[in-house]
Amino acid sequence: MSMRTPIARVRGLGAAKSGTQHWWMQRLTAIALVPLTVWFVVSVIYLTGADYAHVRAWLASPLSAILMLLLIAATFYHLQLGLQVIIEDYVHGEAAKLGCIIGVKLASFALAVTAAFAVLKVAF
Amino acid sequence: MTTGNRPLSPHLQIYRWQWTMLLSITHRATGIALAVGALMLVCWLLALAGGADAFAAVNGFLASWFGRLLLFGWTWSLLYHFSNGIRHLFWDVGLGLELPSAQASAYAVVAVSLAGTLAVWIGGYMAAGALG
Repeated sequence: MSMRTPIARVRGLGAAKSGTQHWWMQRLTAIALVPLTVWFVVSVIYLTGADYAHVRAWLASPLSAILMLLLIAATFYHLQLGLQVIIEDYVHGEAAKLGCIIGVKLASFALAVTAAFAVLKVAF
Repeated sequence: MTTGNRPLSPHLQIYRWQWTMLLSITHRATGIALAVGALMLVCWLLALAGGADAFAAVNGFLASWFGRLLLFGWTWSLLYHFSNGIRHLFWDVGLGLELPSAQASAYAVVAVSLAGTLAVWIGGYMAAGALG
């Protein structure tokens, strides 16, 4: 006896409703964030108490700017994947669920672009 | 659509609380906290790009007692999510899935995140010259 509904059988996507793309990208961004997080935490310790000119000079250096851009990209990609799963688990009703997921994905992308713009403005 | 007569697992409250479940839900909670923290990072970067006045305003908020409380929470959340995330990556390659090792790594994640938070804050105060 199959416990799947006829529509689920026709769609053929299983319980996850998609392939492994979501899972894979969550892991890929997690792996990227391991060294980036270490760099970020060490940088924050180093910058504690530093004045404006010092912090600006730090971010303006090519290495800091590039690593910060990578951190922003990996963080916001990882963040929207994680929040999507939480919404899928706790928000019931297709309209509310879809609305929340669209909101989170668009906001994450917009925030990542905003943060990247700020980094580039300091760097150039 | 036929959805009746499907077997259901017992509801969550039925199970006795264990370290492994506590760490699992905490991973999710710290993830949400860090998503809010990412907003703070965007504000901080915008302030840095905006000029000395904007930067002083954001730094002033972060240096207040409430700002420090938030930063302390985010420090622990980040180190917890980081350590437990590495635990997840080991599981993904099939390592440490047995119950005794999953429990041992749970204790390790709690210990590392707490000790790490303390180390980061001591390091920060030392960098700022507050500890001499």
